[in-house]
Amino acid sequence: MAFESKEKAAAYWRANIRLMLSLLAVWFVVSYGFGILLVDWLDQVRFFGFKLGFWFSQQGSIFTFVVLIFVYVARMNKLDRDFGVQEDDS
Amino acid sequence: MDIQTATLLIVGFTFVIYIGIAIWSRAGSTNEFYVAGGGIHPVANGMATAADWMSAASFISMAGLISFLGYDGGVYLMGWTGGYVLLALCLAPYLRKFGKFTVPDFIGDRYYSQTARTVAVVCAIFVSFTYVAGQMRGVGVVFSRFLEVDITTGVVIGMGVVFFYAVLGGMKGITYTQVAQYCVLIFAYLVPAIFISIMMTGHVIPQLGFGAEMNDGSGTYLLDKLDGLSQELGFTAYTDGSKSTIDVFFITAALMLGTAGLPHVIVRFFTVPKVRDARSSAGWALVFIAILYTTAPALASFARVNMINTINGPEAQGTLYEEAPSWVSNWEKTGLITWEDKNADGRMFYAGDERNEMKIDRDIMVLANPEIAQLPIWVIALVAAGGIAAALSTSAGLLLVISTSVSHDLLKRNLMPNISDRQELFYARVAAAVGICVAGYLGINPPGFVAQVVAFAFGLAASSFFPAIILGIFSKRMNKEGAIAGMLSGITFTAAYIIYFKFINPAANVPDNWLLGISPEGIGTLGMLINFIVAIIVSKVTTATPDSVQELVESIRHPKGAGGAAAH
Repeated sequence: MAFESKEKAAAYWRANIRLMLSLLAVWFVVSYGFGILLVDWLDQVRFFGFKLGFWFSQQGSIFTFVVLIFVYVARMNKLDRDFGVQEDDS
Repeated sequence: MDIQTATLLIVGFTFVIYIGIAIWSRAGSTNEFYVAGGGIHPVANGMATAADWMSAASFISMAGLISFLGYDGGVYLMGWTGGYVLLALCLAPYLRKFGKFTVPDFIGDRYYSQTARTVAVVCAIFVSFTYVAGQMRGVGVVFSRFLEVDITTGVVIGMGVVFFYAVLGGMKGITYTQVAQYCVLIFAYLVPAIFISIMMTGHVIPQLGFGAEMNDGSGTYLLDKLDGLSQELGFTAYTDGSKSTIDVFFITAALMLGTAGLPHVIVRFFTVPKVRDARSSAGWALVFIAILYTTAPALASFARVNMINTINGPEAQGTLYEEAPSWVSNWEKTGLITWEDKNADGRMFYAGDERNEMKIDRDIMVLANPEIAQLPIWVIALVAAGGIAAALSTSAGLLLVISTSVSHDLLKRNLMPNISDRQELFYARVAAAVGICVAGYLGINPPGFVAQVVAFAFGLAASSFFPAIILGIFSKRMNKEGAIAGMLSGITFTAAYIIYFKFINPAANVPDNWLLGISPEGIGTLGMLINFIVAIIVSKVTTATPDSVQELVESIRHPKGAGGAAAH
């Protein structure tokens, strides 16, 4: 058993799910939200030479995806250490 | 030096590198052959994943496609990158902790069922073959255009190189070769893009030039200029779409979910040493992919302005055919550009309405770009080498999935459980060799529907593997009855819809006939929802999962104790 107790295991999994769902919410908003559903509304805003909705669809969403994964990596590694379930450095 | 000699030199040089790497890193065991011994550094693995993922289609066709689609092209950009977020957050770390070789391994063990394993093997082989045929064709096209050998010879040369390093090196050889191939292909993509961005906007970084003012002193933004040009010529404005919102939504989702369900992508995350490496490796893969995927739309808009200006002339009166630049006649020879002088004024004119006199194939945009922008010949040769690198790296990754599926999932885990590691390795090599020959045959005699089949592959992966894996990790209650019923109903629905509109009744393939306005490209998303719903309902009314499986799910949910990938 990797965890000290069943409660710890459940708490770790809850924290994991919460992190995952909040990052996926951002993932959904920048691509399906800004890039597709709200695109006409956002296109009224100028961002340099871009219409903002168009920029999210072809550039902004991709940059956000990259940031999301690295935020996840950092937060999960910390969570693993907090609960003592990180991998041994062998 | 002419283009042919330059191409021969650069392509030949890259081949020597690939083969050198293959000899240095040949595989000695099934563990090395299937998952490179699980010892690949996450950054190197990210680079290899990126090369594996970006096929000839990404390299050659995508920018051209966007350049003709404008805003609608965003479905490919978001769809083929967003899946990596799902992979990193929902799949890769857990599958790495599970610690076996293949996706059918996971499905078979998690759902304690040979039937589930067999369904997964058949899907994996089918998806991979449809993909690899298109890659071999890509190699052939590049060879025939730049080296002026015929397509068959091109395909045979490509087969020979892949055969050498895939059969010898397995995953280990493939991974290190893909790292080299990534460097070649990204360099080949960026150099012309940077040159053109400087020429048109004065910005070194194409992503900035994309949103900047034109360099011609007019002070108009590039995209405004392009919107204006498009509307004058009878197209929709470049930054507006013509697809319906629901269709854009569903296609994007199908591509994302398909990406996260494709076996040759998932297997990459078995090759790193640790669970935390699987997480960061997905991030690195997306960094390397994003470099190309954010450059592509910039390149697409530059190329479009350039092309319209070259053909229609600065006054938009058309250019005299005799004064046309040499790339027009070069590509006319291949039949990918045609000109029909409808109003008999001797001038070429390109438009979206009845004034149009040109037919321009989308696929030439990236390959012809250096010529349109009058870049030096070594850049043109480099682009050819990049296209070949993209096609070879993807084919090799797919062939590995095919050979692993046959030797490991089909023979070792199903038909001949008693074979030794050495025998299994031998069968894996034989399967890879047979796979290459079949792929080569399909490359030389392509079925007429290679392009359609790609949509098929994504739809099938999204509607079969994705829900089965997600439920396997996040729901302990999901049992074999639910998973099998879900996979079969998702795949049957998706396949039936695609086959009906693409093969049985293509004439009916118009938005009015589509279910809820969803095109066959996007139907995998609906198939996935059906899979989820069926699986959950069936699992509620059938027996619970055994305790051993519940423990397995418990153990893959945290990283502690992840060993190397193992067969048993």
